[in-house]
Amino acid sequence: MSILAYNGGAVVAMKGKDCVAIATDKRFGIQAQTVSTNFPKVYQMSPTLYVGLPGLATDTQTVFQRLKFRMNLYELKENRTMTPKTFSAMLSNLLYERRFGPYFVEPVIAGLDPITEKPYVCNMDLIGCPNEPEDFVVSGTCSEQLYGMCEALWEPNLGPDDLFETISQALVNAADRDAISGWGAVVYIIEKDKITEKHVKTRMD
Amino acid sequence: MLNVEGNFPEYAVPGAVQHRFEPYADNGGSVVAIAGDDYAVIGADTRLSTGYSIYTREQKKLFQLGARTVLGATGCWCDTLTLTRLLTARLQMYQHEHNKPMSTPAVAQMLSTMMYYKRFFPYYVSNVLAGLDAEGKGCVYSYDPIGHCERSNYRAGGSAGAQLQPLLDNQIGLKNMQNVEKVPFPKEKALALIKDVFISAAERDIYTGDSIYMLIITADGIQEEKFELRKD
Repeated sequence: MSILAYNGGAVVAMKGKDCVAIATDKRFGIQAQTVSTNFPKVYQMSPTLYVGLPGLATDTQTVFQRLKFRMNLYELKENRTMTPKTFSAMLSNLLYERRFGPYFVEPVIAGLDPITEKPYVCNMDLIGCPNEPEDFVVSGTCSEQLYGMCEALWEPNLGPDDLFETISQALVNAADRDAISGWGAVVYIIEKDKITEKHVKTRMD
Repeated sequence: MLNVEGNFPEYAVPGAVQHRFEPYADNGGSVVAIAGDDYAVIGADTRLSTGYSIYTREQKKLFQLGARTVLGATGCWCDTLTLTRLLTARLQMYQHEHNKPMSTPAVAQMLSTMMYYKRFFPYYVSNVLAGLDAEGKGCVYSYDPIGHCERSNYRAGGSAGAQLQPLLDNQIGLKNMQNVEKVPFPKEKALALIKDVFISAAERDIYTGDSIYMLIITADGIQEEKFELRKD
């Protein structure tokens, strides 16, 4: 089996009207055995910027720590917060440095630009090839199921409440058809001056 | 793929020739079937492909096996043809022996047996069988390539099965919904949903597209319907 599917997990992010949402499941397992049901794969990097790192859990944590380190250096040097676009470039660069011995994570980035407040979503493969679509991005072991759900449920200009419903239904129903994703979910709705963190109950089997 | 002949010629045994035989092809395609109280609808896309090339944009993948039974089959097209040819022969033998057509649940069981008969050299086919049972209720049976069979009310199979199934769970199975009543799913809604899920699948799955061919099975007979999908 692929090492990307060793621990299982899923992340999805969606654009809305003046808001973005990112959601993750909470499972951490070793192949088929569930070890923990409280292992979210999404981290806050700045007030309006989140990154999800599904894949090999050890690399999830390492990549997060190295990202945090590089981001702190940037903020000390520049004395300003990083834009999502710059963050993507930084992460892409970090991953490509390990082109021939990669970190086994396929990141998802979601955020609002701190100046223009424009929504931004992006995902990458494990060696940092970025993809910045206008609608949604998916990643993890149930990405096929997520594509099916998002393609059917998503529509342009969703408000924060509708976006929450859309992204949580997409994630939960997709994860229910994947044996190594699920076991609870967290959804973050990012607005101009408000972050909403919601913990979604799911079936635990 | 690493092999002795191509990559390590110095290790090849002189005089020994290696031969490979790849009996299976993946010709793609998706099927969706939904059963209601007094009807069953089944739809399949009409694209037949291999790798990055398309053989035809108008290949029907639904096989009418009886007055109230339809089989949808995708996967290795040559296996689909062989399997359905044997199936129709067996159905004809049943008709002659018993002087009546086979019921849908009986066809379902026979299909499972015929698939398992080739347990160690399976038909590489993803089957979904839809029809009306002996009481006239809609039924859907789905299979794995070696004949495991399950009856349900809705099923997606084939190359975009993983993309389609969670949406059916949500919309028909009402999974992860609160404060909703389980009411019978109307036929018109089922048809509209099949079109919706295929539009989504055609967006992301390169093996699904061109058009959907649908059969609507009711006590009055079988109606057909066609719906265009994206062709790229």
